[in-house]
Amino acid sequence: MNGLESIEIGTGEAVVFWVLGPIALAGALGMVLSRNAVHSALWLVNTMLALGVFYVVQEAPFLGAVQIIVYTGAIMILFLFVLMLVGRDSSDSVVETLRGQRVAAIVLGLGFAGLVGAGVARATQDLPVTGLAGVQGLEISNIEAIAGVLFTRYLLAFEVTSALLITAAVGAMVLAHIEREPGTRSTQKERSRARFLTDRPQTLPGPGVYARGNSVAAPALLPDGRLAEDSFATGIEPQEAEQMPRPTGRAELGSPDAALGSLEPTVSDVPGGREGGDHR
Amino acid sequence: METVPADGLIAASWLLIALPLAGAAVLLLGGRRTDRWGHLLGTGTVVAAFVLGLLCTLQLDGRQVEVGLYTFVATGSLDVPVGLLFDPLSAVFVLLITGVGALIHVYSIGYMAHDPRRRRFFAYLNLFVAAMLLLVLGDNYVALYVGWEGVGLASYLLIAFWHERPAAATAAKKAFIMNRVGDVGLALAIFLMFAQLGTVSYDGVFGSVGTLAAGTVTAIGLLLLLGACGKSGQFPLQAWLPDAMEGPTPVSALIHAATMVTAGVYLIARSAPIYDETPTARAVVLAVGAITLLIGAIAGCAQDDIKKVLAYSTVSQIGYMFLAVGLGPIGYVAGLAHLLTHGFFKAGLFLGAGSVMHAMNDQVDMRRFGGLAPHMKVTFVTFGLGYLALIGFPFLSGFYTKDAIIEAAFDRGDGWGYLLGGVAILAAGLTAFYMTRLMLMTFFGRPRWEPGVHPHESPPVMTAPMVLLAVGSVFAGFLLVVAFPLEEWLAPVFGEPVEAEHVVAPIVVSVLVTAVMVIGVLTAWLFVGRREVPAAAPVRVSPVTRAARRALYADAVNESLLMRPGQWLARALVFVDNRGVDGAVNGLAASLGGSSSRLGRTQTGFVRSYALSMLGGAVVVAGALLAVTAG
Amino acid sequence: MSLTHYLVLAAILFTIGAVGVLVRRNAIVVFMCIELMLNSANLTLVTFARASGTLDGQIMAFFVMVVAAAEVVVGLAIIMSLFRTRRSASVDDANLLKY
Repeated sequence: MNGLESIEIGTGEAVVFWVLGPIALAGALGMVLSRNAVHSALWLVNTMLALGVFYVVQEAPFLGAVQIIVYTGAIMILFLFVLMLVGRDSSDSVVETLRGQRVAAIVLGLGFAGLVGAGVARATQDLPVTGLAGVQGLEISNIEAIAGVLFTRYLLAFEVTSALLITAAVGAMVLAHIEREPGTRSTQKERSRARFLTDRPQTLPGPGVYARGNSVAAPALLPDGRLAEDSFATGIEPQEAEQMPRPTGRAELGSPDAALGSLEPTVSDVPGGREGGDHR
Repeated sequence: METVPADGLIAASWLLIALPLAGAAVLLLGGRRTDRWGHLLGTGTVVAAFVLGLLCTLQLDGRQVEVGLYTFVATGSLDVPVGLLFDPLSAVFVLLITGVGALIHVYSIGYMAHDPRRRRFFAYLNLFVAAMLLLVLGDNYVALYVGWEGVGLASYLLIAFWHERPAAATAAKKAFIMNRVGDVGLALAIFLMFAQLGTVSYDGVFGSVGTLAAGTVTAIGLLLLLGACGKSGQFPLQAWLPDAMEGPTPVSALIHAATMVTAGVYLIARSAPIYDETPTARAVVLAVGAITLLIGAIAGCAQDDIKKVLAYSTVSQIGYMFLAVGLGPIGYVAGLAHLLTHGFFKAGLFLGAGSVMHAMNDQVDMRRFGGLAPHMKVTFVTFGLGYLALIGFPFLSGFYTKDAIIEAAFDRGDGWGYLLGGVAILAAGLTAFYMTRLMLMTFFGRPRWEPGVHPHESPPVMTAPMVLLAVGSVFAGFLLVVAFPLEEWLAPVFGEPVEAEHVVAPIVVSVLVTAVMVIGVLTAWLFVGRREVPAAAPVRVSPVTRAARRALYADAVNESLLMRPGQWLARALVFVDNRGVDGAVNGLAASLGGSSSRLGRTQTGFVRSYALSMLGGAVVVAGALLAVTAG
Repeated sequence: MSLTHYLVLAAILFTIGAVGVLVRRNAIVVFMCIELMLNSANLTLVTFARASGTLDGQIMAFFVMVVAAAEVVVGLAIIMSLFRTRRSASVDDANLLKY
């Protein structure tokens, strides 16, 4: 910052840094600390967006855009997609199974952050900032400048990258694809026959039948108000669903006359249970 | 040594080796397809080699001909060009090997006629002839060594030819191992020559041996002698030769009587320039020869196995040859002459013994023979002529050559000369005794045959070689000593013959030797011929007889001095190996295994633990970087 | 206010991500933590690009994003198949690779 060619960092950038820096840190910490993997992913999206803004601020608008589109847009969606496929399981338990792992990780992490941070700070405190005005600016946009370098000096690496991507795509297909022998797939006739040989020939109850919500996680309710266990979705913890109070005895069921006689709707009349009453 | 390059037929003398070698290769690689004509091919190659050798010898004309072949070993400072040296000395040996070899091949056709592995036998015999020819024809010590090991291999294979007999297998192993002891000596001698002189060719070594220190020359001489003792069955490595008689009889005749066992004599005669420089080693040669000569003769007196008697006789006769070559220039020719005549009559004797065994269903115990003379007339006559030649009956082969050796011993002129001469004369008497005993027990007296034995004369293919060898036994001595003196033939190698100053007149020596021989024969007749020979060996005998039966305890000495300590050493080494070496290794492995299994506990399988250690490493690296840059 | 602030922020974010990898057991969350670490590294790259006045840092950040996209696709596919076989997305359950 003391060189002739060094440029001054403006106040606006400082404001952006001090606002978004803590947000990025909070996102990172939240990702590590939150129990739910979906929450972790969302925290990470937070951090990545902040980083994307940093790129834009640091004269790399192309990378900032790519960061937001590719990372937060594509990659994180892929993460969430796999999370939905895999579902949540007991690995999210907070109990640490490896003795001393957590303590050691934190101690080492603090040591690493301290050493690297101190080293970087020491080494770069007088680092002159050249700025990218020399290679890009009004005449040449950032994208044009990057293209100029990418397709000349880094052309080979760029082309090799295509091979890498193809390989990755093929590898993912090979890994995720389930090979099924042709002819092993049962026909509709066989499946139908098999179903009728079980205790339950009819279809399973769909989720949300008689339920208050229509989420996949909401199990179906039986006519008497119990949860229909057949309707639990696999891989997802069933939502807390309140059971309908089960009417017992003539007094509670009431006689038709009593029902007719009273214009006040009772709790049991309204599908959805007690909350229905609250709406009233 | 003045050598001239090869010309004429001699340039093709490598064929001498190549022919039998090719025969062996064809027979061994050809498999059963060659079964029908294999023996003929094997005999043919040796006969061809004999004809070629004879023609080469006729062209030789006293020269020493160098036949360069190729370079066997070519390294920075060691070049071993392989060449052949065809000189009068090699020529003599070539004729002996191929001549006697060809006769024995012919004999084997009959002897091995009923053996299912006859082809293999001929292949091994051919291999032996090739190796032996390489041994005598090589122009350097390495070529000699190759041939030396080759004949050792062939000897091993042939002794164990009937390897289904445990005795034959054991005898082959014994021969092989005892030969190894000698071969190590020969190898060390060659190493020493190369280290000191930088060459192993005869020319180079003999040319510069005079520049060496006396101790080095003596060491080379003694090591060469060790090699010669191993191969020739001389004291203290004589115990394998009698056991080697487990092989087929033609093998005993060719390898363990006529040719291979005389390789030691050849080695010492060939190395004459080395021994000329070292009287010490020469004295040791003398001592070895004298001791062996007595041991063989004494042990031969008490054996009942016909082939063992002949084997001890061989040991004893080679002792004569060692004695002769140990005497120096005055003895070389006498020793070699005895070697040649011995090749004839001992091969003939072995073939005769084989013929007897053939007739007696492979019985070798002389106590089960007797009275065979009328049944096997040809065998009896030829065997008898060989016997007379061996004991030195006047004007037969042995008479000329053995007398020459004894004369040479006396010609030393000092007290040792008298002692050696006396020993040699005594042994001549013993020779007469045990050979007469053999003759009497085998061909005379009352038959003591096993039931069901019907002795018969062998077929002509076997008797013809015996007749030829018997003729050789009769005339070889006269031819070599009187008619065409070997001395003159070998003059290019050993120098012109000098007329020795006889200390004892030759006629006196001859009379003395003949008298002792007659005493030996009469003693044998008194002990054996006059009395009935018991079918089983008597148990209550004098300690001398007992010692002689056990070959003066040579095996016992070997056993207690070498085998037992060897076993103890091996056991101790096994103990050290099991407890010490293995213990250390196993302990190390166990401790490593234990510690690694403990370390392995840190590999919990939890990815997060591994990640934690990675972060720890990152912290350390960051700290170190900071410390370096800040400090 | 200087670029150092960005760098220190990136270091802290990186550390939080690393600690998250160590303490969380849900494989998907662990993956998110790794993404956070990659993002903090990107922030560093962009900051240094600005400091040095060249675009190489931005290009590098761009490549990091591409690689991260490929990595996420493959990684999530692995988690899927892991979940399919083990009915669990916990990284502690896949612990066969041990002594």
